[in-house]
Amino acid sequence: MDLRWSEPEERFRAQARAWLSANVPRGLPSGDTRDGFARHLEWERRLHEDRWAVVSWPARYGGRDASVWEWLIFEEEYYRAGAPQRVTQNGIFLLAPALFEFGTAEQQDRLLPRMAAAQDLWCQGWSEPGAGSDLAAVRSAAVRDEAGGGWRLSGQKTWTTRGAFCTHLFGLFRSDPEAERHRGLTYFLVPLDAPGVTVRGFERLDGDEGFAEVFFDDVFVPDRDVLGEVNQGWRVAMATTGSERGLTLRSPGRFMAAADRLIALYRERPEPSLKDRVVDSWIDAQAYRMFTLRQVTDIADGKQPGPEASLNKLFWSEMDVRLHETAMDLLGPDAEPDGPWPRGFMFSLAGPIYAGTNEVQRNVVAERLLGLPRR
Amino acid sequence: MRFAVSEEAAALRVAARGVLGTEGAWRKLGAVGVIGTLVCDERGGLGLDENALVPVLDEIGYSGLAAPAVETIAVAAPMLDGPLVADVLAGEVVMTVQPRAGDPVPFGQTAHLIVLRDGDLWRLYRRDELALEACASVDGSRALARLIRAPEDGGLLLPEAERAWQRGVLGTAASLTGLARRMLDMTVDHVKRREQFGVPIGSFQAIKHALADALLAIEFARPMVLAAAWAQASKAPDAAVLTSAAKVRASDAARLTARTAIQCHGAMGYTTEYDLHLFAKRAWALAPSFGGAQWHRARIAETIGVADG
Repeated sequence: MDLRWSEPEERFRAQARAWLSANVPRGLPSGDTRDGFARHLEWERRLHEDRWAVVSWPARYGGRDASVWEWLIFEEEYYRAGAPQRVTQNGIFLLAPALFEFGTAEQQDRLLPRMAAAQDLWCQGWSEPGAGSDLAAVRSAAVRDEAGGGWRLSGQKTWTTRGAFCTHLFGLFRSDPEAERHRGLTYFLVPLDAPGVTVRGFERLDGDEGFAEVFFDDVFVPDRDVLGEVNQGWRVAMATTGSERGLTLRSPGRFMAAADRLIALYRERPEPSLKDRVVDSWIDAQAYRMFTLRQVTDIADGKQPGPEASLNKLFWSEMDVRLHETAMDLLGPDAEPDGPWPRGFMFSLAGPIYAGTNEVQRNVVAERLLGLPRR
Repeated sequence: MRFAVSEEAAALRVAARGVLGTEGAWRKLGAVGVIGTLVCDERGGLGLDENALVPVLDEIGYSGLAAPAVETIAVAAPMLDGPLVADVLAGEVVMTVQPRAGDPVPFGQTAHLIVLRDGDLWRLYRRDELALEACASVDGSRALARLIRAPEDGGLLLPEAERAWQRGVLGTAASLTGLARRMLDMTVDHVKRREQFGVPIGSFQAIKHALADALLAIEFARPMVLAAAWAQASKAPDAAVLTSAAKVRASDAARLTARTAIQCHGAMGYTTEYDLHLFAKRAWALAPSFGGAQWHRARIAETIGVADG
């Protein structure tokens, strides 16, 4: 056990902190609205200019070759500085790990630099009207086009976060209708301006046009835009789910900053009957940090998190709801006017749903970590 | 940065596991050095720090051993000097402590040496110097006793009282996570084998989700306990608040797991014919020991600046 940062890590922290305090924009509108998204892109490009957009990536793709520890430090500083949500997260945190693991050199060289620079903006095309928690029930089809050297996609994706503002989609399509459900899926990379793609944005519960449904009508995708092997899309996708459920998407820094904001709110509006809940939110953030430090030690030792990522997901999503509910109670009647806390509260309710509902996560924990029988 | 139990501490845990569950386990723990985990080399101990204490007490908690393990290994033995140390470390002379003034004394009916709380200090007595009265306990194996009247004088003043208290909180938290994991393991084993409606009840989502919640509580308590141990061992400024946080989560995790385990065992869980009740009762005894969750929440509130007035 050694919970101290090394001197180079402390220097990295100081450098990140200084840059963020000089550059973090204030008062951006939500990045899940059309206008807000454009403003957020300016911020993403600013991050990229000074190589803070994707710190853990290789320098040739716009990163800093940061270790996973430095990445955690950057995240702590990012949220401590009150910096904006990452509207590029579905690309840089969800697609990129799959590209690094399964992509060809050509795909990596072609796609990663543009992703880092927020030139290509990626959304995730997994859910369909009939395939939510049961992702393997995907029905959107990919039919071989031998003459064209590629595939033709048909079907519908939905609840696609920021799909109406993005330029590209990564998604799962059924390429072998005869195969057992998890087999026979292929992972495709699709530009949203391809002929035959129709994108329709729609409002989420929090009032933003943050969702889209995406229709595919005989959309041609060349072979070079298949990620991983044909019919191996499930395996590629699961590599991404580990990232989404686990720490890449929700680092402890975010919740430590949120707990600090809750403590500040309590000091402004003390309410002794809610004190214990504020304390519990502070403990939650600490517990998540310590759990993560242990997990990152395992990763640094070469172990893969695997189904343990479901524990992360359950914990961060539910602590986020508890924290925001406490804030709403502290605000009392002031919880009604629109503002960061009510917005944060509504958004927290999405956490137990996206990246695999918490009901499914509890099944994963019970079956794969505790070894209980599947039905 | 490295968040992992050292090889040395892991080896001590394995040594403890090797003797736990056998006859005369307390003396055997002494023989493999466990009782003297925190006692310096010159006094015959292993000279390890709080980082090693946690895996050992987690393992003892898991075993359900009825002995003043936290009281001796975590709190009292490191404070002790003189000729008695060797006998205590060998498990021949049994020590216990009263966590806070006014608390009943665990193992107060049986221990040879008793450390009482005198305000913030600790004083060491022989049991025959004290007026004690046995009292029945939720966990019958704890041999609880109450002090009828405070001793008028005497008692050897022991050093570093606050650190000893913090170690007691930490050790209790570690025991609770071990206990919780034991109850969860027993329950997982049960629900895989117990069939109702023609299938193992562990295939039902109602059972799966309840046990997933217990695992979640345990797995997020354990790193808190290890982090608190590191903070104590390295005298970090946030050691006390992290220790309180560890105790809150360990107490809550053990209580949740006890309730879930009993529920998932159905009526079998509500009998004394099956061992589960022993572990549940130990959890209910240790959850309030060395400050319950609410007491520690109040300490945390003071530290993070949300205390009253």
